[in-house]
Amino acid sequence: MKLKDIAEILSLKPLTPAGGLEREVSGGYVGDLLSDVMANAGEGNIWITLQTHVNIVAVAVFKNLSAVVIVNGRMPDADTIDKAVSENIPLLLTGKSAFETAGKLYQILNAKGLQD
Amino acid sequence: MKAKIDRTYEGSFHIVGGDFSRAGEASTELKSILLNVGIDEDTVRRVAIATFEAEMNIMIYATAGILRYTISPDEIRVVAEDMGPGIEDIELAMQEGYSTAPDWVREMGWGAGMGLPNMKKNSDVFRIESVVGEGTTVEMTIRLKDC
Amino acid sequence: MRLDEIIRILDAVIITNSQEPGAEIEWACATDLMSDVLYYSRGNSVLITGLAKQQAIRTSDIADIKVVVFTRGKEPDAQTIELSRKKRITLLITPYSMYTACGKLYEKGLRCCPE
Repeated sequence: MKLKDIAEILSLKPLTPAGGLEREVSGGYVGDLLSDVMANAGEGNIWITLQTHVNIVAVAVFKNLSAVVIVNGRMPDADTIDKAVSENIPLLLTGKSAFETAGKLYQILNAKGLQD
Repeated sequence: MKAKIDRTYEGSFHIVGGDFSRAGEASTELKSILLNVGIDEDTVRRVAIATFEAEMNIMIYATAGILRYTISPDEIRVVAEDMGPGIEDIELAMQEGYSTAPDWVREMGWGAGMGLPNMKKNSDVFRIESVVGEGTTVEMTIRLKDC
Repeated sequence: MRLDEIIRILDAVIITNSQEPGAEIEWACATDLMSDVLYYSRGNSVLITGLAKQQAIRTSDIADIKVVVFTRGKEPDAQTIELSRKKRITLLITPYSMYTACGKLYEKGLRCCPE
């Protein structure tokens, strides 16, 4: 399923160029401990997190994640956004919680047969 | 009618920096003291959360610090004073998500820049003073609600 | 949602429990960051977290959270278990990731607490 369609259904607000939204999403991952995401997130996953630190971009690049969704209306600083743009990692925002965002994403992806 | 606090209670806890295994013990103890003297659960939760954040900040950033509390018929006051590095830009530090915490603290589930906002959110009056190289003092007042 | 239903949906192992199986849990909160638990959660919630450490229990106790779920089958150490017993917090372990645990509970109608 395309990131663009998910972003539309979940009303996610992209902070990075629209071109990145053409990516395919394989599943979701929720986590705020960078070491945990480094160890366990799967390639192509959307990463749902509260972290806004610039290091999230490096993790997303390393794990080849499809996007980072920052929840609870948290705003990353300019460093994080610049890095996401230069590394071509889609960065999206939502005012909803991690629980709700993951819950809805799970339903959408489950319907497409994408378990995790 | 206010909660039945007929006198003033005072006490303090010493906090040692860096001791993660004991982090939160002072706040937990204050929580049970507040429940014992008959403060309502909502107010206890607010005081406990604000105090816990203050305790964690001392634990994470300072060499040592002291938490003092006063429970009086109208309000609860908690003052957290530390011997720490101090805060250069308080306005910046108050922003949600701003943090100077090192990675190891982030890996322990802390240091994501919500500590000071959380103390402010749960206090009716919140004051902070800091001198770089000397330390930081946070004063939090929570009024007892009419019930 | 009933506690026993949460346990069943998450295929969870019970590490400590001092509540009735029919205890009603109103809200869910999913995070690894403890200040966010304190900032956003309400009492009588279930905390779903990957932080399988004493800090998660301490934080839950302060925030009046009665049920804590550690994700991805992470086994806590003895002190963490002892603290949850002492604080009468129900501690569960689910084999699922935080994402899947949220998805399964959301699907069955559990919601996060409103701000």
